Amino acid sequence: MAFKSLLVCSECDLLLREQPLDSGNMAICPRCGHVLHRYQPEGLQRSLVFALTAAILFVISNAFPIVGLTSQGLESSTSLLGMVGSLFRDDMTLVAILVFATTFLMPALVIGALIYLLLPLRLGYLPPRMAAVFRVMHLSKPWAMVEVFMLGLIITISKLNALATVLPEVALWSFVCLMFALTAAAANFDPQTFWDQVEKLE
Amino acid sequence: MTGQVLTGTEAHVVGCEGCGLAQQASPAQHDLRCRRCGLPLHFRKPDSLNRTWALLIASYVLIIPANLLPVMKSSTLTGTEDDTIMGGVIYLWESGSEVLGAILFIASIVIPLSKLFALTYLLISVRRRSTWNPKKRTQIYRVLEAVGRWSMIDVYVASMLTALVQFGNLMSINVGAGAIAFGAVVVLTMIAAECFDPRLIWEATDQTQTTTDSPKENHAV
Repeated sequence: MAFKSLLVCSECDLLLREQPLDSGNMAICPRCGHVLHRYQPEGLQRSLVFALTAAILFVISNAFPIVGLTSQGLESSTSLLGMVGSLFRDDMTLVAILVFATTFLMPALVIGALIYLLLPLRLGYLPPRMAAVFRVMHLSKPWAMVEVFMLGLIITISKLNALATVLPEVALWSFVCLMFALTAAAANFDPQTFWDQVEKLE
Repeated sequence: MTGQVLTGTEAHVVGCEGCGLAQQASPAQHDLRCRRCGLPLHFRKPDSLNRTWALLIASYVLIIPANLLPVMKSSTLTGTEDDTIMGGVIYLWESGSEVLGAILFIASIVIPLSKLFALTYLLISVRRRSTWNPKKRTQIYRVLEAVGRWSMIDVYVASMLTALVQFGNLMSINVGAGAIAFGAVVVLTMIAAECFDPRLIWEATDQTQTTTDSPKENHAV
């Protein structure tokens, strides 16, 4: 049996009766302060728009080099996957896998899953295997670290500035935008609102 | 706070960690799955304390080579130089980027260490059935769960430098073995935080509270 009117706090196990929320308000556990969910009826649409934006930016971010370097006639530049490749060539397989998973694979899964779930819903039908795709998104979200990678890039550039001329390339700017789009897409996706919409269509 | 609280466990109601749906189940049942999204349902995360301890001890061991071995090796015509995590922080600081040096110091040294100590403290407090300020302890858990990912910065810096600075004998930078250990610490502590169940913090408090009234208020469906 499922209870639509009940909430259980996932951090302190308090059983709560769900109160109707105004748009944009959050349900917060009165005992431990955990944010249970945020009611945003327009959130799913915003999430879809940001996810589609993120998908385009993701392609651009990976199709072009991120930064270039020139110093006394020497030149080099690298893309994200180029970086993973050079780690592999360096026999740093574990680091390569870690970098690939957190900056490429997991963000791609999150973006793909959001579009797969939200686009058909917007068009008024339900795609097959929704629950499985929802689980993939839920499990890959904590491992998508685009924003951490961005901060790493800033530090890299500042370190290299001492040695050579650093040339920001297309993918650097698209990565910055991707970071914001991905964060906004994830923040606007409220699972409860999503499943309520799904049930309305069923 | 009143003494009358009803927990999901007492009411035989469990909430899905992914989609939030509250559903009836018995705490004795195993292999429960959410009827809506199919994620495993747990009244308590399975074997939480043992798993968290195991991952935590592994992290304590690995954080030693992570800090002692070089995360980056630079070789130039004049020789080679090994950089540990702390070396990278000092280099940034001395080259005039105090802000970035401080960020790197917090992300690579302060966060991993405080995460290890905070998880150790939470595990011990649960084991000793502490009733001290469960709300504060839950907040500690929430923070350590949120900040762990930022420790990855140094792995990205070393990887990016390796990819960019490959000029043969003139100058090349390569990732060192310390980066493997350091990456492992970040991943293991993230999984450790995920294995820890903050509801255990509240168990001791819940059990010492004697409910005088039957908390029907919370029951109503």
